[in-house]
Amino acid sequence: MTPAQLVRRIGFYAFVAIVTAFFALPMLWLVTAPFTRNPSLAVSWPDFTLGNFKHLTDDPNALPSLYNSAVLSLWTMLITVAVAALAAYALSRVRLPGRDGILYLLLLLSSVITGTAAMVPIFQLMVKLQLLDKDVGVILVMTGGLLPAAIFILKDFMDTMPKSYEESARVFGANSFQVLGHVVLPNVRPGLATIAVWAVVNVWGNFLMPFLLYRTPEKQPAAVTLNNFYTEGGQPNLALISTFSLLYSIPVVIMFLFVSRRYGFRFHGGIKA
Amino acid sequence: MKVSLEEVTKVFDGGVTALDGLSLDIEDGEFFALLGPSGCGKTTLLRTIAGLETASSGSVSIGDRDVTKLPPAARDVAMVFQDYALFPHMTVADNIAYPLRIKKVGRTERRAKAASTGAGLSLAGLMERRPAQLSGGQQQRVALARAMAAQPTVFLLDEPLSNLDARLRLEARTFLKKLQHDLGVTTVFVTHDQAEALALADCIAVMESGRIRQLGTPKEVFQRPANVFVAGFIGSTPMNLLEGECVAGEGEAATSWGHRIEVAGVRLPVPEEIVTELGPGDKVIVGVRPEYLSESDEGIKGQVEIVENMGTTSLVTLTTEGPRIQITVPEGREPEPGTTMHVTPQPGRMLLYRADDGELITSP
Repeated sequence: MTPAQLVRRIGFYAFVAIVTAFFALPMLWLVTAPFTRNPSLAVSWPDFTLGNFKHLTDDPNALPSLYNSAVLSLWTMLITVAVAALAAYALSRVRLPGRDGILYLLLLLSSVITGTAAMVPIFQLMVKLQLLDKDVGVILVMTGGLLPAAIFILKDFMDTMPKSYEESARVFGANSFQVLGHVVLPNVRPGLATIAVWAVVNVWGNFLMPFLLYRTPEKQPAAVTLNNFYTEGGQPNLALISTFSLLYSIPVVIMFLFVSRRYGFRFHGGIKA
Repeated sequence: MKVSLEEVTKVFDGGVTALDGLSLDIEDGEFFALLGPSGCGKTTLLRTIAGLETASSGSVSIGDRDVTKLPPAARDVAMVFQDYALFPHMTVADNIAYPLRIKKVGRTERRAKAASTGAGLSLAGLMERRPAQLSGGQQQRVALARAMAAQPTVFLLDEPLSNLDARLRLEARTFLKKLQHDLGVTTVFVTHDQAEALALADCIAVMESGRIRQLGTPKEVFQRPANVFVAGFIGSTPMNLLEGECVAGEGEAATSWGHRIEVAGVRLPVPEEIVTELGPGDKVIVGVRPEYLSESDEGIKGQVEIVENMGTTSLVTLTTEGPRIQITVPEGREPEPGTTMHVTPQPGRMLLYRADDGELITSP
């Protein structure tokens, strides 16, 4: 290795180290602050106290809100996967004029639906449907937002599966639901897993919709509850916020590790060239 | 069971006519080949029998049952697909037992049936493997075993040998013929390979653009192709098809018995059984296989252009006054390129086709 190469290599690693540190510091804060008595926004050596966790359990809404988040995520995930699987199968196999156009349009609209732009109409819709402050309402709105992209991704998986698999099953006497259950779904399992994980993460992290649609604090999921940790003086309570954030992020990390072990972390499918 | 098609037409949504008023009877227990170039409609015909396509008009019946409008499930047929369509997420045993699972057969009975069927096709040690872990030949046997487990009245095979490499294909061909013979179940298979059809089938339907051009035993189809299309399609070396004309004999021979066919600069006698069918001036196409031409002192004169070694024989290409002619010569008799050769059809081996419609001229 020539000196020039050496210098270049050292420079490269130094640069990588700086970039890594820049992104790692907030993460580091998330790990140290919960164990510090009076955390500030700076990263400091923790006191290794569990007092913050104790304080958190005193808050009547903190831990139940994690449970609320789990319920919301799981239901949304189940409905999204079930509906997307049926829709994607149908769209993949039935010839429909303008099918791809419809799909792209849905995909485009979906990014608007869960977004800020549709806040007012969605609120009004939920009021009219009397679904305000109800889990069903939030689950439906979130499912609606996720479905187009889920269908789009899953359809791509189904498109790549040879038709002869299904035809073979049909000749042996399978009906449409048997074909779906015995042949199609097992073959697109990586796609279903992708959708499921993506749906859970999306709902788990969504602040706007539950914030908008829930009235009672007891029903709110973790993302909204996090917004409520203020000291009596009106300052953000960093001790509680950091502690709660840590608990809030653990399920997602565990899920990531599980999925990555099971399927390898690659996002399949998506857009065809 | 017998399979009958009557005036079956299939027009696809795009307006393509894949089957054009096609009628066909397949006898019980027959090993039947649908042969033709790609796009001739043979696979569509097979899929129409299976119920994966519905005939636009006409009727399909299996046994005494009209199945034209029935879904595949109700037809009691089993199909082996070109890519075998083994379910990749199931083991070999589960694949073979799948038809039984659909029929709600109990799990233990299913396993037993899969094991016995698999063993019959030498798959015994492979029952717990996934299809991806099998060789092409093994995959094919699994697909056959799965079809057998369904105990259908008719087997449908779509290009059963085309996914195998050349050596394995010969083995599988013998195996398939024996299997069909042992099972005795009516079997229809699709192929574009004429050698495969000749070797396997009891009866061959040669298809072109949605119609059957000839129906017959492998011998009939090989020895007496009914038209120029079949003549050109059947045979590993293509048949010589030479333009000719009927001319009147002279003098005493100026009766129909004296007619000759003028082809490539020589005059050949008209085969006896069809002399009354031809008159002077009729344009014909003379068809004779390279295997049925022999060297002679006179006859069509040609210059040896290319000699291709085919093992026990060689294929010699001659340039003549007219078109090129190919002839096979036995081992050790190969001529040198550039030398002159005379060839003449073996007695009774020359076929005459009408030049206008390409149909074989037969005795009345």
